[in-house]
Amino acid sequence: MDWTTYILVSVIKIVITLVVLLTAVAYTVLLERKLVARIQNRWGPTRVGPFGLLQPLADGLKFILKEDLVPANVYKPLFIAAPMMSMAVALMSIAVIPIGESVTLPWLGVKTPLQITDVNIGLLFLLGVGSLSVYGIALAGWSSNSKYPLLGSLRASAQMVSYELSLGVALIGVVLIAGTLSLREIVDAQSGAWLGLVPKWNIFRGQIVGFFVFLTAAFAETNRIPFDLPESETELVAGYHTEYSSMKFAMFFIAEYTHMVTVGCVATLLFFGGWHGPSFGPEILRALLPVFWFVLKVFLFLFLYIWIRGTLPRFRYDQLMAFGWKFLLPLAIANVLVTGLAVALGA
Amino acid sequence: MLHPILFFVFATLCVAAAVNLLAQKHPINSALSLIVVMVSLSVLYLLLGAEFVAAVQVIVYAGAIMVLFIFVIMLLNAGEEEHTHGSRVALLLGLPAVSLFAGLMVWVLGRRPGGAHLGEFLGPTKEIAHLLFRDFLLPFEVTSVLILIAIMGAVVLARREP
Repeated sequence: MDWTTYILVSVIKIVITLVVLLTAVAYTVLLERKLVARIQNRWGPTRVGPFGLLQPLADGLKFILKEDLVPANVYKPLFIAAPMMSMAVALMSIAVIPIGESVTLPWLGVKTPLQITDVNIGLLFLLGVGSLSVYGIALAGWSSNSKYPLLGSLRASAQMVSYELSLGVALIGVVLIAGTLSLREIVDAQSGAWLGLVPKWNIFRGQIVGFFVFLTAAFAETNRIPFDLPESETELVAGYHTEYSSMKFAMFFIAEYTHMVTVGCVATLLFFGGWHGPSFGPEILRALLPVFWFVLKVFLFLFLYIWIRGTLPRFRYDQLMAFGWKFLLPLAIANVLVTGLAVALGA
Repeated sequence: MLHPILFFVFATLCVAAAVNLLAQKHPINSALSLIVVMVSLSVLYLLLGAEFVAAVQVIVYAGAIMVLFIFVIMLLNAGEEEHTHGSRVALLLGLPAVSLFAGLMVWVLGRRPGGAHLGEFLGPTKEIAHLLFRDFLLPFEVTSVLILIAIMGAVVLARREP
């Protein structure tokens, strides 16, 4: 593959991925509104389109048409840059996520993996990009030059730095079992099943503790309930994005939901066998089923996110810190030790 | 084809951000410039084939240490700094040092253009893991204990007397 074809293939994949991802993000917002409404015994949006299905479109239009306010006393360069940073970092992590085996592109005749780029340090790339996501929030709060956003972003920085540690340590168990940092190879290592019944997913190979630590830390990293202290409405108005309006606010929104989708993808890839699942039927169905299983698993994680949002109350700040440092981190380290011992004995 | 282009883009970005770091008056702008330096350095490592070092550069420097910098700047609410009129020591020592360094660079580049090449060890993750956790296990662990002691020292120093 010469480099013009390479760039062409990459651009095609990037455009398709971004369109699919942003549509998914828009509909996750709708899903959340609908589900939370049903949990609270309401209907949720029903007016725009059948069952309110065109609501994301209306919301998007509203975001674009609203007046873009910039308060007088903000530090302007960073106030404008912060939402862009947030969104750019959120979109970056999708670049290394594989969603299926390779396909051959029609017309070009090039065989390419279903993934923007296959790097052999995919997991580290995700952690690196994830660790950058704190800047958008921190700078938004600081540049707003107002007390509630500042408090929100201080909380966010402390919370994300603390839980990042547990997040990274929780993944070491999976890396020990697979022996690689490439997301594609980690998924390949989970193919097959015991007795043709129980799939060899990492969650069934003793990584259940690792999975729950990962999930909890990921909830905290994405600032979702029960860890949404950076934007807790009851005490901080809206936290770090209090002063934002219009499209700038929408960018924070998109960033948050993109992070949710990414966490769903990573959990699926690392613990739930990625695109592996029962495969049957004619050839076209066999080709499409892996992508379907992947999307289904990610959807279940988004559902879980919203379900938990509708169920749990928010932590107090000292509870959050104590939980992260005194419970989650020791548990993650214990998981590494036990998995390491098991791998060493098995090898 | 792509490698030289990427190298020049990120090398320029790195140097420009480093100059900007010194030129900016506000500490938060300087800290942000430093993040750009760290990230472009990691891309340069990536171009050399050291992908693990590149990832760790981003995770540790850009993702952890610089977050703490920003956190402290935000917490202290540090304002703009005033520029002084320069010190005499810097002028007396700095100018000769800079001219010496520039002369050295010109001499090295003029003598043997493009004479640098990579060594054998490229640093894939597995090799680094073998070095750290097998060949140099004791120094590695001793270093971690050293860092732990430093943290504990900071905690003891910062503790308020009851």
